[in-house]
Amino acid sequence: MYQYDQYDQAMVDARVAEFRDQCRRRLEGHLTEDQFKPLRLMNGLYLQLHAYMLRVAVPYGTLNSRQMHMLADIADKYDRGYGHFTTRQNIQYNWIKLEDAADILADLSKVEMHAIQTSGNCIRNISSDHFSGAAADEVIDPRPYAELMRQWSSFHPEFSYLPRKFKFCVIASEKDRAAMRLHDIGIRILKNEKGEVGARFHVGGGMGRTPMISPVIRDFVPVDQLITYAEACLRVYNRYGRRDNKYKARIKILVHELGKEEYTRQVEEEFQHLLDQGVEPPYAELERIKAYFADPAFEEGLSDDLDLSDPDFALWVKTNTNPHKQAGYVSAVISLKPVGGIPGDATAEQMHLIADLAKDYSFDELRVMHTQNIGLPHVKKADLYAIWQKLDAAGLGTANLDQIGDMIACPGLDYCSLANARSIPVAQKISQRFDKNGKSAALGELKLKISGCINACGHHHAGHIGILGVDRKGKENYQLSFGGSEGEDTSLAKITGPGFDEDGVVDAVDKATDVYLRERQDGERFLDTYRRIGMAPFKEALYD
Amino acid sequence: MTETAPENHVQFRFRDDAQVSDPAVTVDAFLGQTNAAAVRIEPGDDARQLLPHLDRIALVEVNFPAFTDGRGYSAARLLREEGYQGELRAVGDVLIDQLSHMKRCGFDAFAPDAPLNEEDAQAAFNRWPEVYQSAADDRQPIWALRHKG
Repeated sequence: MYQYDQYDQAMVDARVAEFRDQCRRRLEGHLTEDQFKPLRLMNGLYLQLHAYMLRVAVPYGTLNSRQMHMLADIADKYDRGYGHFTTRQNIQYNWIKLEDAADILADLSKVEMHAIQTSGNCIRNISSDHFSGAAADEVIDPRPYAELMRQWSSFHPEFSYLPRKFKFCVIASEKDRAAMRLHDIGIRILKNEKGEVGARFHVGGGMGRTPMISPVIRDFVPVDQLITYAEACLRVYNRYGRRDNKYKARIKILVHELGKEEYTRQVEEEFQHLLDQGVEPPYAELERIKAYFADPAFEEGLSDDLDLSDPDFALWVKTNTNPHKQAGYVSAVISLKPVGGIPGDATAEQMHLIADLAKDYSFDELRVMHTQNIGLPHVKKADLYAIWQKLDAAGLGTANLDQIGDMIACPGLDYCSLANARSIPVAQKISQRFDKNGKSAALGELKLKISGCINACGHHHAGHIGILGVDRKGKENYQLSFGGSEGEDTSLAKITGPGFDEDGVVDAVDKATDVYLRERQDGERFLDTYRRIGMAPFKEALYD
Repeated sequence: MTETAPENHVQFRFRDDAQVSDPAVTVDAFLGQTNAAAVRIEPGDDARQLLPHLDRIALVEVNFPAFTDGRGYSAARLLREEGYQGELRAVGDVLIDQLSHMKRCGFDAFAPDAPLNEEDAQAAFNRWPEVYQSAADDRQPIWALRHKG
């Protein structure tokens, strides 16, 4: 994985010093809260309902054991002994004191980590496929391109006060494990007929109150023009994105209002201009970065055979592993969704254990996953049983990847100052209900996503089943929707009808899965059945 | 009716030539007359409208009515990319923590609404030991330093 050189380290250290100075000026009264807010946000510091929340970046979801140990130590030292992994491959601490924030950033910088641009109206942490560099189906490892873009987007002088936040996602396989088309810019690295590497640009996707799936604006940007093209996309947005209304300020609205063709025309014009400006790093820089992402020293000629005589282990292997490009290896997923737990939360002890497993069994590498789980990317199949036993003993052996229990949920009204309703209790009740009724395995892949407000941090628009918490006359009410997907078959979910109360929505999900089990044809997922039979049979079961 | 902007005090200037004291006119006014040498760009203006006239402009003021509105950064940088050599002055809600980015985008004069603390401002101008991107200043990006020679 990538390692800082003296330049990267100096930049992160300078940022810590800058933030420390900003905090001082705030405390001395030289900065008003309005002046300070965008600065602290660009360092990942939010003011939530009960305390400050710090969001730490895990660029493209990759980290090593030393970094994970540090995340655990921070949880112990500055928070309440746990952290929350997010859908954009970051980690959040919910109980931070303002006076500790600069010290935390300084601790992070010791292990080549930071909270730079994890919030604010700037280019956010760049996300990627959580199985990058491991997945059997990838064209190329997308992370070097993401790292190139991380450096380009860090402290960008022109794009630090954009109309609104800006999220990139970079993947390199046909299968989309990162909700790429629901980002402001989704980039798919691919090869053309000649075998040359390039980038397909999708611009103007997003969730929030106006969900949109991004259109392709350029099929193939040569890889040695990647940064220049991104710069052109951003400049058009910075100049013409709406600033009169916060809710219409994302790039998706600009692309929608201008039309894809006109936005593309303006980008291409700016791109032609920028090609002469020398903004593109040399190819040698990409090569330099790529060297850090070379394959670890895989053993050759390993067997793919596995002793599956322990049924619990067999179930975990079947559910929680992903095919690896190297024979005898696999990517294993540690579920952070135990029955009745808080999706994405991990304690400091769990983080330490996970770090040790990475060190012992996965070439010292971990992945924070879009699904709020943790991946061990490069595991020998022969080691799986030992790993599973350790996980199981620590309560981390839940076998539910991509099943209903593996739901995404935002922090909701338990933490978030924007939320209208709680997400966590609903997630817990659904998890417990389906554990009790034993339907999870029979239901197979069923992605359920819960947001506690219209900002859609829980990705409810992209859930096979989506739940949106709203405030109805002072009471929490939950709208149910079906048919969303964040995968390569991206689609937006449709609302079933009137909302439910907390227990009502749990019952409604239960009923909907009965409709699926009754109607499904061979091999269909919930999503496929819904797409084939439509909303009517579900509505009938829910409302009659 | 006045077509000239209120005058701001220039607190920081990184040029050797004499400061331009002509009052800056709006872009519309500038395009409608031939003798103005100073123009003020508001966030909604298209800086490219000035391109045919760059050789007769000695001062471009870019107004930041609110520091959170970042359009002025693009306006400045593209003027420099198109070869504008005159004074480029940031005016309005110009604060300590935006100075270094503004300078990187090509601003070489700063006239904040409220005077800034000298020491804090100097620290801000000197904040970044290196830079990651090529922009409108003459700093070598880190990628260039890495692959020098």
